[in-house]
Amino acid sequence: MTEIATPLWEVFIRNRSGLPHKHCGSVHAADATMALQAARDVYTRRGESVSLWVVPSSAIIASDPVDRDVLFEPTGSKIYRHPTFYDVPDEVGHM
Amino acid sequence: MYTQALNADESQRDQTLPAPDAAKLARFQAVIDAEDKIEPNDWMPDAYRRTLQRQISQHAHSEIIGMQPEGNWLTRAPSLKRKATLLAKIQDEAGHGLYLYSAAETLGLSREAYCDQLLSGKAKYSSIFNYPTLTWADMGAIGWLVDGAAIMNQIPLCRCSYGPYARAMIRICKEESFHQRQGYEIMVTLAHGTPAQKAMAQDALDRFWWPVLMMFGPSDKDSMHSADSTKWKIKRFSNDELRQKFIDATIPQGRYLGLTFPDPDLTFNDATGHWEHGVIDWSEFKRVLAGDGPCNRQRLKARQTAEAEGAWVRDAARAYAAKRSQRQATSQVAAE
Ligand SMILES: [Fe+2]
Ligand SMILES: [Fe+2]
Repeated sequence: MTEIATPLWEVFIRNRSGLPHKHCGSVHAADATMALQAARDVYTRRGESVSLWVVPSSAIIASDPVDRDVLFEPTGSKIYRHPTFYDVPDEVGHM
Repeated sequence: MYTQALNADESQRDQTLPAPDAAKLARFQAVIDAEDKIEPNDWMPDAYRRTLQRQISQHAHSEIIGMQPEGNWLTRAPSLKRKATLLAKIQDEAGHGLYLYSAAETLGLSREAYCDQLLSGKAKYSSIFNYPTLTWADMGAIGWLVDGAAIMNQIPLCRCSYGPYARAMIRICKEESFHQRQGYEIMVTLAHGTPAQKAMAQDALDRFWWPVLMMFGPSDKDSMHSADSTKWKIKRFSNDELRQKFIDATIPQGRYLGLTFPDPDLTFNDATGHWEHGVIDWSEFKRVLAGDGPCNRQRLKARQTAEAEGAWVRDAARAYAAKRSQRQATSQVAAE
């Protein structure tokens, strides 16, 4: 096909639950307004959403899977960042 | 569903591909064995990528083509309720196609490339959608049986090793249950209606039963191409296993309707606890898949026409977007 490709947008929706916007897929659209409309039609057919974001896919900067260990491994050894690392006497009860 | 019947050409693939790096391959397989997900930017063997590109896009094409047999009855639905339901179901199928194209695109081919494969006739889609929908009862039979078979097939795919595909399948499965239930409700209404309505329901079951069984793809003894898919945790059950699950679940539902299945050899095996079916006419399956079913040409033509007639809309949207962004750029320069 000789047609120019229609730009790709990543879609994020926020549910009623109050949780943050969450990635749910992508749509193709010529501009932002149409991307929002397409995202509404494709990803919110059952009242899942109270808010929508669309972002040009080309604007997403992702970490490289090769760097995964370098980036995320160091926190694995820092168990003192978790509450369970600390002993609280039973007599004190829940804390 | 719509995926399993279509992998028949797996044998032709990949002889040309270079052997992948052993260390990378081991790491890749370890991720899969640990039931972790492979994500778009992760390293993956070319054969895995190609298998998924083909499977996910064929699945997407099936959802999109699958809108046509049901669209046929949209303007003639017997009540406003049925019409609203059918419209919502068809919209869902469009949505399923779009979720799946979106997942397929993460594998490095564009939406346009996948669509071209469909429009040029190169890509396959589920054989079931090449059968005509002759009466209103077919809307019942499709929801009950075709979507029912789809659910059997799609539930294990929610655990597929490729993250974007698995996530798309989870969304889809949540929506499919409504599709099957609305279809069965149509069948219940007809089967408990006038003799003419019951006969219509029986006729729909008679025509769709065998093609629906074929949706699960060739018998295990004739399909030797699923070893890789199994190892990669794309496919978790064999064609025959899924077909069996479907039959066992469906026969009691059909009996409740008071309808008979068009298979004189259908028997319940007390020892195994499973229903056993007669011989499937695989020559029909091959014929339909090869392009010679009752509606293949009509289905493809409708897609090609829609694509061609929508070209000016896409052109106009692009021209408008280009003009707006240019105007924005000029006014920015003027303001500086
Ligand atoms: Fe679907
Ligand atoms: Fe469906």
